[in-house]
Amino acid sequence: MRVTARGLRLLILAAFAIFFVIPIGWLILAPTKADGALVTSSPLSFGSFHQVALAWDHLDAFSDHIYRLWIGNSLLYAFSATAIVLATAIPAGYGLALGNFPGRRAVLTLTLVVMIMPAAALVLPIFLELNAMHLIGSVLSVILPFSFFPFGVYLAYLYYATTMPRDLLDAARVDGAGEWQTFRRVALPLAKPIVALVFFFSFVADWNNFFLPYAVLADSSQYPIQVGLSNLLSSTPSFNPAQGGGGQQVNIFRPELALATLLAVIPVAIVFLLSQRALVRGMLGGAVKQ
Amino acid sequence: MSSPALTSAQAEAAQPRGLRAARPRGPRVPRGLPFIVPYLPFLIAFGIAPMLYALDLAVTNANGGVTGFHNFVRTFRDYRFVPAFEHILLYTSVWLGTLIVFVVGLALLLHGRANRVSATFRFLFYMPGALAGAASVLVWLFMLDPAVSPGSFLLRHVLGAQLFVQSIAPGHLPFVFAMIAFWTGAGGWIVVMYGALNTIPDELEEAARIDGAGPFTIALRLKLPLIRKWIAYMIILSFATGTQLFIEPQLVNEASLGLVPDTWSSNQLAYQLAFRYGDFNAAAAIAVDLLVIGLLAAVLIVTRTGLFRREG
Repeated sequence: MRVTARGLRLLILAAFAIFFVIPIGWLILAPTKADGALVTSSPLSFGSFHQVALAWDHLDAFSDHIYRLWIGNSLLYAFSATAIVLATAIPAGYGLALGNFPGRRAVLTLTLVVMIMPAAALVLPIFLELNAMHLIGSVLSVILPFSFFPFGVYLAYLYYATTMPRDLLDAARVDGAGEWQTFRRVALPLAKPIVALVFFFSFVADWNNFFLPYAVLADSSQYPIQVGLSNLLSSTPSFNPAQGGGGQQVNIFRPELALATLLAVIPVAIVFLLSQRALVRGMLGGAVKQ
Repeated sequence: MSSPALTSAQAEAAQPRGLRAARPRGPRVPRGLPFIVPYLPFLIAFGIAPMLYALDLAVTNANGGVTGFHNFVRTFRDYRFVPAFEHILLYTSVWLGTLIVFVVGLALLLHGRANRVSATFRFLFYMPGALAGAASVLVWLFMLDPAVSPGSFLLRHVLGAQLFVQSIAPGHLPFVFAMIAFWTGAGGWIVVMYGALNTIPDELEEAARIDGAGPFTIALRLKLPLIRKWIAYMIILSFATGTQLFIEPQLVNEASLGLVPDTWSSNQLAYQLAFRYGDFNAAAAIAVDLLVIGLLAAVLIVTRTGLFRREG
């Protein structure tokens, strides 16, 4: 009885593992095969590295190396926005955790509400606002909204509120350090783990964001990779038979599209693998005992 | 930054030593305020102002005249409005149902296991989380194409689809989108639930076991009620997120030659009203509808579940 229960449990877990992992496996193997071979050979078979190189040549040639440009844009948007997030969120979390000023609770509650609200709910309002400010089509219309990352503020707040010994800060003040010096010399060096966590979440959120850049950017040379992928999708005849002739000309078929998708997730996947533990801690941020 | 330091030095000079740690009063800048100053413009410009501006647009017309609820009524009467909300509600309920049953179920199954086995499974479940945004949709477009999918057997026999366009037949879409969302997001939630289960004291489980409760009873009667607020959190948050659906139907629209309308979800409809028709007031009205759902959910979570601390 016990043995069957254990077996059943393992069976259920394994079935779900297959569901979660197989699509990733397929995606990794697809660029190793030619488009025709994807249909005829076994879905999870390996083709050849030569095909991967060929697929990359086709992808790279698409629209005058625009794929590299998209990756570059994504790196630019994600890194610059995350830099601003770190510069604003860490001090803000510190100020909210250890400060005492009128409106502190209001700022904290607003930050929490906006953080929990789905980001997509704010995209059209932000678009309408940027449109009124004539910022549509500018790189800033992506970087500036990305730089507002309330989750980062909350993580920093939580960290300082729960782990920062007030005595240490008071000691620094007794030694004559001003508020700024206390932050820079004592609080900031202690915040290394939280800086890494905020960096990670902000970078991943920016890298994966589709809706905002899709709404506010007009020129395909400004697209980040997520929007670029949708552009590639509409050029793939396998999904868009109307592109039949066009697909032949631009050489974008399923293997190329799969390779483009795979390369687009590599930066995030690497950070995912490296920081799984930190991530879990971050996701449980709200669970910290009061 | 020099002025607070100066005044604090003055305060120090004026006060006896023992009182220095107490909060200084007087013309001093309140402690902590300067640190949130760089963040405030962003909170206002991209958190609060867009909401207020959308609300303002929603209750006015193109010339700025106040029209009250006119835009809300007008968009509600749009022939695409009700179907779009029906689509996202059906999608959201399917997604929520699978999340509740499988996330909680799998977390409970994992919690009883040896640590290393459990960690491996959690990692495998979590992996698709790296493929968010357009990438996850593209992967599933492949998975739904019977010509190349490793699950073509299932597509042919369960969905009855021989061709890609049959896989994404309108009736299938809420389920297809729910599956994509489950695939990318469930692993993260399983990790959260597992973490919540770990906060249950061992003694409690031990006591139940001594009382003769089996693993099944312990899971349902003891563990489940103790992670209730996390389940509530997942449900409210996922409900709010689900209603905002945009990228999945947008990409499927692009991959289906318009077989799937580009106004399938409410957010898409708002987007099309703004971009294709330049009707920003109508777009704002729908954006406000969706904003209200998101806001309500967020306020509910912050004030009711007690999961987020607001006091230092």
